[in-house]
Amino acid sequence: MAGAIYTLIDHSQGKIQSASLESLVIGQRMAEDAGSSLHALILGHRIEFLAEQLTNSRIDSIVLLDDPKLEVYDPDLYCEALHQILNKKQPHILLMGHIYQNIDLAPQLAAVMNKGLLTDCIGYHKAEDGFTFTRRMFRNKLNADVQIRSPHPWIITIQSGSAIVDDLREGGAQIIEESVDLSTVEVRRKLLKSFEASKGKVDLSKAEKIIAVGRGIKKEENLDIIGDLAEVLDAEIAASRPVVDNEWMSRDRQIGSSGQTVTPNLYVACGISGAIQHIVGMKNSQCIVAINTDPNAPIFNIASYGIVGDLLEIIPALTKKLRKE
Amino acid sequence: MKIATCLKEVPTQDSRYELADGGMWIKESDLTFGVNECDEYALEEALKLGEEHGGEVTILTLGCQRAEKSIRKGLAMGADRGILIRDEKDQLKSPHAVALALAKVLEREKYDLILTGTQSDDWGYTQTGVLVAQLLGLPHATIVMDIQANPAQKTVKALREMESGWFQWVELPMPSLLTIQAGISQVRYASLKGIMQAKKKEIRSIELSDLGIDFSSVPQLEVRRVYFPTTDKKAEILEGATEAVIEQLIEKLKKEAKVL
Ligand SMILES: Cc1cc2nc3c(=O)[nH]c(=O)nc-3n(C[C@H](O)[C@H](O)[C@H](O)COP(=O)(O)OP(=O)(O)OC[C@H]3O[C@@H](n4cnc5c(N)ncnc54)[C@H](O)[C@@H]3O)c2cc1C
Ligand SMILES: Nc1ncnc2c1ncn2[C@@H]1O[C@H](COP(=O)(O)O)[C@@H](O)[C@H]1O
Repeated sequence: MAGAIYTLIDHSQGKIQSASLESLVIGQRMAEDAGSSLHALILGHRIEFLAEQLTNSRIDSIVLLDDPKLEVYDPDLYCEALHQILNKKQPHILLMGHIYQNIDLAPQLAAVMNKGLLTDCIGYHKAEDGFTFTRRMFRNKLNADVQIRSPHPWIITIQSGSAIVDDLREGGAQIIEESVDLSTVEVRRKLLKSFEASKGKVDLSKAEKIIAVGRGIKKEENLDIIGDLAEVLDAEIAASRPVVDNEWMSRDRQIGSSGQTVTPNLYVACGISGAIQHIVGMKNSQCIVAINTDPNAPIFNIASYGIVGDLLEIIPALTKKLRKE
Repeated sequence: MKIATCLKEVPTQDSRYELADGGMWIKESDLTFGVNECDEYALEEALKLGEEHGGEVTILTLGCQRAEKSIRKGLAMGADRGILIRDEKDQLKSPHAVALALAKVLEREKYDLILTGTQSDDWGYTQTGVLVAQLLGLPHATIVMDIQANPAQKTVKALREMESGWFQWVELPMPSLLTIQAGISQVRYASLKGIMQAKKKEIRSIELSDLGIDFSSVPQLEVRRVYFPTTDKKAEILEGATEAVIEQLIEKLKKEAKVL
């Protein structure tokens, strides 16, 4: 039997993160393919109830690390806790979601342990000499299959949306409590305050039609053509993050991982390349139309219909035609 | 304040890629290169901190000779000097190895603050900055959206972006390292005067091999295959002149997708 696979279960506000459950689904598949055991690893304080939520999943064990010092995430404390537990358990692979917290934590752990870290993976293959992992490169335009060349454990972060939480297989798992000694950790980073950005006035989650615009619009003045199209279609307007960063549209109209998640019947993506952080916010739209000058833009991989061309020409023509109807 | 900012040269955003070496890599000869997007923002933040608190901004790049052009662009924006670690043969195959080389050069001088981008636009590893911090034994904060430095107290406050609309302010002692998110502010353009001055600014070249780093125990990554993503759902591309395309689209949205 090959070495064990561990999946880190992250949580916030008393809920397990879906990215962690997706990683667990991938862990289940890998464990089966490799004939290895699979374990969930959960860190925090007073979180036994979260561990219990996993007891009827097909996992060999749930390792619970409950320590008051782990109540709130801190990179130094979490890194040391993981370091100790990995040294003890000697797993083959540690999987975790590619979420903000792990972007902060995983490289520190990799550096402290001098282990290979492969981030933002979307899948894996089983090769003769072990697993290779698939990840996107060049702003989503290419895939690469990559293998880590260093002693185990390997640390792998998994992109959100790489598996479906409902695919988590059922079984039975025992909770194993472990402890770590964090008394010598010197915390260098001080958390001053956490806050939720004020929710904007615009709620696009129920919009039926959305015309979304990206950096391909080039200039703020050009936004008028988007507004005109939205008007004839009775649609809401929205934008990718760079458009909002430029203050050409208000923050509450941003779609994506740091904006809103929408599921309209029609989503027209104009001059949006299709970065993963945008796609997670709109990929479940019923019908996606992409207009982009670049035939290889990744947005075409998830759109229903695509037009390769200049939005400054196509949008006004489309508006004109629809007005006539 | 002495600030170092890491800047990577990457293929520009509108690059179209072709595979090479039997799917092992891409054809690089046709690509145009420029400054990695969030590294421009990191440089902008470094320049603003330099203006606010006084001090010097150094750009650090690991890459081939071509990357000097990107450093020069940063100098034209206002950085004081540049350092290029030359890796002409593109030998370093993991962010860990790159971080080790960057750290080796950074540790030679006492920087108060080191900035990097959050993510490179080519490899997109989102790990080099934090690796550098850890290799130098410095604390870090990632995906930073605002910075307030207090050089007198040797502390820096950083606003971290987090999941689902949450943010947090953290405070770090200096020296420390921050990874900067694109869009943190507006990146300045180089002025004509800046461009002229940049020509006279120093770019020091260091050969990677002269750093005397033993890479043998560093985790390596091996790219086995590069290919275009395929998905089950790929857009039906509507072709023809603008008029014809639009008619097709409206027809499809009405009859097929039934959304109009
Ligand atoms: C932690 C994090 C969170 C993020 N959160 C979000 C988020 O919530 N939402 C979000 O959108 N992004 C987010 N991003 C940014 C994301 O990675 C991308 O940078 C962003 O989505 C790109 O926006 P874009 O497609 O408009 O711009 P680009 O990627 O620059 O694409 C512009 C597109 O326009 C096309 N184009 C150019 N000219 C024309 C023309 N005349 N006609 C038609 N097409 C044209 C180009 O071919 C290109 O494909 C986040 C990034 C990070 C790191
Ligand atoms: N070769 C390099 N030279 C200078 N800086 C780099 C280099 N590679 C990565 N970086 C920095 O590390 C950040 C994150 O890169 P990555 O880990 O590849 O996503 C980039 O935004 C750069 O600031």
